[in-house]
Amino acid sequence: MLQFILKRLGLAILVAITVSFISFSLLFLSGDPAAALAGETASGEDIEALRRLYGFDRPMLVQYFDWLASALRGDFGESYYFKLPVAGLIFDRLEVTMLLGVCGISFALLVAVPLGVAAAMRPNSIIDRLALFMSVAGQALPSFWFGLILIVVFAIKLGWLPPSGTTSWQNFVMPTIVLGYYAMPAIMRLTRAGMLEVLNSDYIRTARAKGASEVRVMFKHALRNAIIPVVSLAAVQMGFMLGGSIVVESIFALHGAGYLAWESIARNDLPTVQALILIFSMFYIVFTFLADVLNAWLDPRMRSS
Amino acid sequence: MTHADSDPANAIEIDPLLQEVMGPTPGQLLRSRIVGHQGLVIGVVVLTIMVIIAIFAPLIAPHDPYAQSLMARMKPPVFLGGTWEHPLGTDHLGRDYLSRLIYGARVSLLIGVIAATISGVIGTAMGVAAGYFGGKVDAVVTFLINVRLAMPVVLVALAVVAILGGSLTVVIAVLGLLLWDRFAVVMRASTRQVREREYVAAARAIGASTPRILLTEIMPNIANNLIVVVTLEMAHAILLEAALSFLGLGVQPPTPSWGLMVSEGKNMMLFEPWLVLIPGAVLFILVLAINLMGDGLRDVTAPENRS
Amino acid sequence: MTKPLLSVQNLTIDIPVGGGTLHAVRGIDFTLDRGEVLCIVGESGSGKSLTSLALMGLLGKRISCTADQMDFDGTALLEASPRKMRSLRGARMSMIFQEPMTSLNPAYTIGDQLMEAMLLHENVPRSKARARAIDLLEKVGITAAASRLGQYPHQLSGGLRQRVMIAMALMCGPELIIADEPTTALDVTIQAQILRLLVDLVREMNMAMILITHDLGVVARVADKVAVMYAGQLVETGPARDVFSQPLHPYTRGLLHCIPQPGKTARGEPLGTIPGIVPSLVGEVEGCVFRTRCEHAVPACHAAIPRRERGDHAFRCVHEDGHAPDDTRAKEATDA
Repeated sequence: MLQFILKRLGLAILVAITVSFISFSLLFLSGDPAAALAGETASGEDIEALRRLYGFDRPMLVQYFDWLASALRGDFGESYYFKLPVAGLIFDRLEVTMLLGVCGISFALLVAVPLGVAAAMRPNSIIDRLALFMSVAGQALPSFWFGLILIVVFAIKLGWLPPSGTTSWQNFVMPTIVLGYYAMPAIMRLTRAGMLEVLNSDYIRTARAKGASEVRVMFKHALRNAIIPVVSLAAVQMGFMLGGSIVVESIFALHGAGYLAWESIARNDLPTVQALILIFSMFYIVFTFLADVLNAWLDPRMRSS
Repeated sequence: MTHADSDPANAIEIDPLLQEVMGPTPGQLLRSRIVGHQGLVIGVVVLTIMVIIAIFAPLIAPHDPYAQSLMARMKPPVFLGGTWEHPLGTDHLGRDYLSRLIYGARVSLLIGVIAATISGVIGTAMGVAAGYFGGKVDAVVTFLINVRLAMPVVLVALAVVAILGGSLTVVIAVLGLLLWDRFAVVMRASTRQVREREYVAAARAIGASTPRILLTEIMPNIANNLIVVVTLEMAHAILLEAALSFLGLGVQPPTPSWGLMVSEGKNMMLFEPWLVLIPGAVLFILVLAINLMGDGLRDVTAPENRS
Repeated sequence: MTKPLLSVQNLTIDIPVGGGTLHAVRGIDFTLDRGEVLCIVGESGSGKSLTSLALMGLLGKRISCTADQMDFDGTALLEASPRKMRSLRGARMSMIFQEPMTSLNPAYTIGDQLMEAMLLHENVPRSKARARAIDLLEKVGITAAASRLGQYPHQLSGGLRQRVMIAMALMCGPELIIADEPTTALDVTIQAQILRLLVDLVREMNMAMILITHDLGVVARVADKVAVMYAGQLVETGPARDVFSQPLHPYTRGLLHCIPQPGKTARGEPLGTIPGIVPSLVGEVEGCVFRTRCEHAVPACHAAIPRRERGDHAFRCVHEDGHAPDDTRAKEATDA
C-alpha cells in the first residue's frame, strides 16, 4: 500500500511540473508577451522597457524556472491589472470557489447516489428510466443556459432567491445546483452499474441466505462495495468542477476564483491567468491523488497488500 | 396407430424436444436492435433534420441572418403575439431570430465535426499506439492523458482564445487540440483488448507488418467504440463552444452562434426571456440528439456491455 | 409416524426467457426427515440449484415458483411473508454455495460475516457470537481460529473459504442445510476432506441435509436418499442402497454406467456414456424428456408418463420395469 501511494505521489508531482510548464508557456503563445502587455498603441521603446521590466528578454527556460521557484514560495508575481500580488488576490477569492465546489459535489452525490441505487434495485422500472433520462438530458444541458433559466424562474418570476452576489447562503443555492448537476449523470451511472454488478454477485446471495433484510443487503453488503469507485469518481469530478466554476461564477456574479479568472482573461492579465490555471490544475491533481489513496484504503484487498 | 405414425416422412422428423427455434441472423438482430432502440432512432432523426437545415440554410432561412433593422427590433415570436414575418421574432438589432438560429446550426455542427475530427485523430493515434505497443509508449501516453486531464479545459480554452483572438478557426483549433483525452483513454483500452485476440496473433504469425496489423486487424475492431466517442466529443465540443461564446471569449459577433445569442439575450432576459430560452433550447436539443445517438450506438453495437 | 421436516409436492419453476417460458423445474416431489441426507443428482441445467434456491426463497423476482405443498416443519414456505422467510433463513435453514471464492463479501472480515447471522437472529451479545464463531472455525478444522476472525476473504485459500462458509451456515444451529455442489470449485484433494467434514458435522448435530451434486461417487458414500433429476423432473427417487443396487430408470442406469464400480465394471472395458444432449425446456414439454437419448424409447414415450412405485423407490417410465420388454441386457442389469 505504501509503495502504491509513493508511486502515485511521484506521478502526481511529475504531472504537476508538466502542467506548470504548460501554463507558463501560455504567456508566449501570443509571440511577444511584452507587446501584448503594452497594447496596440505602445511605441517600440515602451515595449522594450516593459520587456526589460518583466525580464522577457531572458531565455524562456530561465524565466520558467525563475517563475516556478517563486511560485513554490507562494509568489506568483504581480497582477498587470490590479498591480497587486497575484497570490493574495487569488487566495481571497478561493474561499468562495471551494465552498461552491464542496456544496456542488455534495449536492451531486446526495441526488445521484440514491437515484443510482434506486435505479439498480428495480432495473427497467419507471424510476430507472427516469434516472437514465435525467442523466442523458443532464449531459446535454448547457450549464450557462440552465443557470439563466433558474434565475428567470426563481429570482425574477418567483423572487425566492437573489439572482447574483456573494452575501448570504441564499446566493449559493442556484450556483450549487448548476455546478452539481453536471457531475450527476456520471455518478448516477457509475452507482447504478456498480450496484447492478454487485447485486448479481454470489456474496449478496450469501447475505440473503443468512436472513439479512433487503435494506441491510442493499446498504451494508452491496453499497459498501459499489461505492468504492464512486468515491474516486467524485474526487475527480470535484477537480473538474472547480475548473468549471468559471461559467457558474460568471452567471451568478459570484466573486470567487472562477470569476477572477474570467475577468483576468478579458483584461489580458496573464500572471493571474497563469497562476489560476496552475492552481486549478493542482486541485485536480491533489483530488485525484487523494481519490487513489482513499480507494486503496476503502478496498481491503488493496489495503492489506 | 395414429396417422402421423404411419406417415413414412415421420421417420426422419425431429423430435419436438430437440427442435430449436431458428435464430435470426446477426444482421437481422442488429437491424432490429437499431429500430427497437427509441433513443437511437430519435437521436438520428433529430440530428439528420439539424444537418439538413444547416446545409441548406440559405434556402431555408427567411431572412439574411446579418441584416439589421432598427425599425423591427425585439419583435416577439408568433406564439407570443408576433407576426409570421419573423416567426421567432427579432433580436436587439432587429435581425431575424429564426434565420440566425438556422445559420447558428452551421456554426455548432461545423465546430462539433471538425473539433471532434482533429481530437479524434490525435487521441486515436495516441491511444492505439499506447494500447498496441504497451511499455514505454504506454507510460508516456498515460502520462500525457493525466497532464491533459489536470488542465481545466474551459479556463485554458478561454485563455488561449483570448490571447490568439476569437475566431471560428481559433475556437475549432483550440477545442480540437484539447478534447483528445477521451479518445486516447477509450482507444487505448479497446486496443489492449483486441491485441490479445487470436486473429491478431495469427496476422503476426504470417508476418504481417505492424502498420498493416494496425490498419487491417486493430482499427476495424475498435471502430465501433471510436464512433461512440466521436459523437460524445462532438456534443462536448458544441457545448464548450457555446459556453466560450456565451462568456464573450469564443466566436465573435456578428457570427450567429447559439451561445452568443444566449449571451446577447441575457441583458434583456428580465423582459424578453424568450431571447434566452429559444437558442438555449435549440442547443440543448442538438446536444441531446447527438448524445442519444452516441448512447444508442453503444447499446446497439455492444449489448453485452450495457449498463 | 411423525411429519417429515420438509415435504415438497409438485414444485414447478418457470423462468421467462426471450420468446417463451423456460420450464426449469416441472413438478417434483420429495420429503426429508430430521437427520437424513438427501442427494439430488443430475447434470448441470437439470434444475437442481433452482430447486434449492426455491426452498430458501431466494429465487429472483422474475422467476415464478408454484407448488401444491412446500412445507418446512409446518410452515408453508411459498405463502410465508418475507419477514417470516428471513427469520427462517440462516437460523433454521441455511445454505452452502458452490463458489467459495466469490460467496464471501470482500469488504468485511471473516469474523463480521460469521457473526452476522447469529446477531441477526438471536438476541446475543457480540462476545457470545464471537465465541461461537471461534468454536465453529475450530470445528471445521481451521487453526488459529481467533486470529482468522480479523482476516479478509482474499487472504484465505478456496478450501479455507469453503470451511468458513460451512461454519457460517452452522452458526445458528440450523435444522436443515442445503449444500449446492459445495466441493465442485475446489481442488480434488480438498474435495473429499470438505465433504467428509460436512457430513460428519451434519450427523453429529443431527441436521437434515440436501446435498446437490453431479458426483455419484459422493452420493454412494453419504446419501440416505437419492433423487435423480433430469431436465427439471425427478426421474427416480428412493433409498440410496435401492437406487444403487437396482436402478430402475434408464437415465439412472446410464449415469451409473458412466462411473467405474468396483466388482461390476470389467477392467479394460470402456465406461458408458449417454449419447445426445439435454433438450431445450422452453415451451410446452410433453411426455418423457429423456426419450431423445433413451435406448428403450417407444412412441408411447410422447404421451403422459406414469409414476411407478416399489415401496419407497419410485421412478417415471412407460415401461413397467424401466426397460423395453425385449431388452435382455438391461433386464440383467436390473435383476443383478
